[in-house]
Amino acid sequence: MAEARAQNGPAAAAAEEIWIKCPGCREIAFRKEIERNLNVCPKCGFHHRLTVEQRLAITVDRGSWREMFAEVAIGDPLGFVDTRPYPQRMEQARRASGRNDAVLAGLAKIEGHRAALALMDFQFMGGSMGVVVGEKIARLMDYALARRIPVIVFAASGGARMQEGALSLMQMAKVASAIARLREARVPYISILGDPTTGGVAASFASLGDLNLAEPGATIGFAGRRVIEQTTNQQLPDDFQTAEFLMAHGMLDAIVPRHKLRYTLGRLLTALRPPRLSPAISGRSRRAKT
Amino acid sequence: MEHQEEAAELSPAEIERRLETVARNLAAEKSAGARRKLAAERKHLEAALRARLSPIDRVRAARNPARPQTLDYIEALIGDFIELHGDRRYGDDGAIIAGMGWFRGGPAAIVGHQRGRSTVERLRRNFGKPFPEGYRKAARIFDLASRFNLPVITFIDTQGAEPGIGAEQRGQSEAIAASLEAMARIEAPVIACVIGEGGSGGALAIGVGNVVLMQENACYSVITPEGCAAILWREAGPEKVADAARALKLTAADLLALGVIDEVVPEPPGGAHREPAAAIAAVGAAIERHLRRLRKLAPAALRQARGRKFAAIGAPFLSGGVEKRARIK
Repeated sequence: MAEARAQNGPAAAAAEEIWIKCPGCREIAFRKEIERNLNVCPKCGFHHRLTVEQRLAITVDRGSWREMFAEVAIGDPLGFVDTRPYPQRMEQARRASGRNDAVLAGLAKIEGHRAALALMDFQFMGGSMGVVVGEKIARLMDYALARRIPVIVFAASGGARMQEGALSLMQMAKVASAIARLREARVPYISILGDPTTGGVAASFASLGDLNLAEPGATIGFAGRRVIEQTTNQQLPDDFQTAEFLMAHGMLDAIVPRHKLRYTLGRLLTALRPPRLSPAISGRSRRAKT
Repeated sequence: MEHQEEAAELSPAEIERRLETVARNLAAEKSAGARRKLAAERKHLEAALRARLSPIDRVRAARNPARPQTLDYIEALIGDFIELHGDRRYGDDGAIIAGMGWFRGGPAAIVGHQRGRSTVERLRRNFGKPFPEGYRKAARIFDLASRFNLPVITFIDTQGAEPGIGAEQRGQSEAIAASLEAMARIEAPVIACVIGEGGSGGALAIGVGNVVLMQENACYSVITPEGCAAILWREAGPEKVADAARALKLTAADLLALGVIDEVVPEPPGGAHREPAAAIAAVGAAIERHLRRLRKLAPAALRQARGRKFAAIGAPFLSGGVEKRARIK
């Protein structure tokens, strides 16, 4: 479930090379040129992956980001050892990313609108969802619920994290429960399915947005392509498990090119207003009274 | 005493064979003294069998086709069962049974995976691997139960949700996710029972209970041991699969310790497949006990309690929770 391709993704390559061969049009392009273009190929529009920092920088209003729950971390609940002990894997991922786990959560403004934001880091063990990922996203949602702030989650994950076993599986239910509470309170939740979003993340919060959006060409699906090929012996369509495939089958509200994403989110946040808190618990009205 | 030492050396399969011999002899034996001796030997062998089962042995037991399946539980525990078909969107999935019936005299909604036994039934049930329409049928029943305050009893027994072109086209991810959310919203008691293999998201999709019960030899995991071994070691030979089963902590005892499940339901010696009626009765008794307690709670309180329960899973293993967890309503 997860991990494959994490280390050698285009984003990682982009950090080192001066020239990049675009997987979309096979043209060689100057890395800086692509980066200036939000990591989108200027020739063919291929959307290269973004790091979490790049994503944050192009999405939120400058200076508005405030990270939350940054210290939440997990040990080794299962004592999991495969070719290496889990704590060693984690230590390496933590050093490389400067993060405790595969998600960043916090508050920001987008085009002037307050939003609670979670961004998954595919470079951190394939964006795999363990307890920390589920916990931070659920906490962010409950924080936003109490204050009636819209929630936006950028998913990028291969699925649940094997090394935390059934504990990671249960995070699907944890976050789905938090979404049920948001839904009931009419606090909007926008899910943006990034490249890639598969497995247990696709099969839980990433698919439960009031709106589900994706960028062009993103890989989105439940089961891995290889698993499907092996178990079905069927020829898979070329666009299988792409954002375009999902939209054609009615599973996405819209595919939004990266250049339009920030503006689109701004418009959606203007339209989808959470109900106001009742005066009794609203901070503003309390201040007004004193 | 010699039995005891001997039994410790035997493989589970050998112990099982001996148990069968002892049972045959016991049935034929007339002398009270010899019967006592045989009964004592059986007890030793049963204890040895319990102790000798490794995680992968339990996975095999969980997958044993002779093990009671959802329809067997319904047959034994549920009166006047009315099966409800279809998702009203696309079709009727054979891998998920849904319906209403009477449990211990009260109406209840029932949802469970059905793997099937004969080749014909297995094919019809897609080997217990639901398509999206199965999860949409389940979610429809969860909503119905919530509106009419019917307790929900689910039986989990699947290798996982169907992976395939049709499943992807019809939105397997969305169907599982929506079922999770539907379960989180139920304003009625929900009791989930893992009665065989709990395979990943396809199992959890009907597993969001106020109480999660698990039979002694059932397993519940984020990925099959075979899949885990294939990813981690790029090979799925029997030895690596057994290693994966151990590493994943997928047994009932392990999951109880991790706080993933709430109670282990004991099985007859050697597994539920040896004495299905006794295995089913034990699960029925556990459901009844929890239901009696949950019935005293208000509908909204049941939904909140379920939310809190899942919010807490994994929390004991976290550090750095400086910010206070918002109160869940």
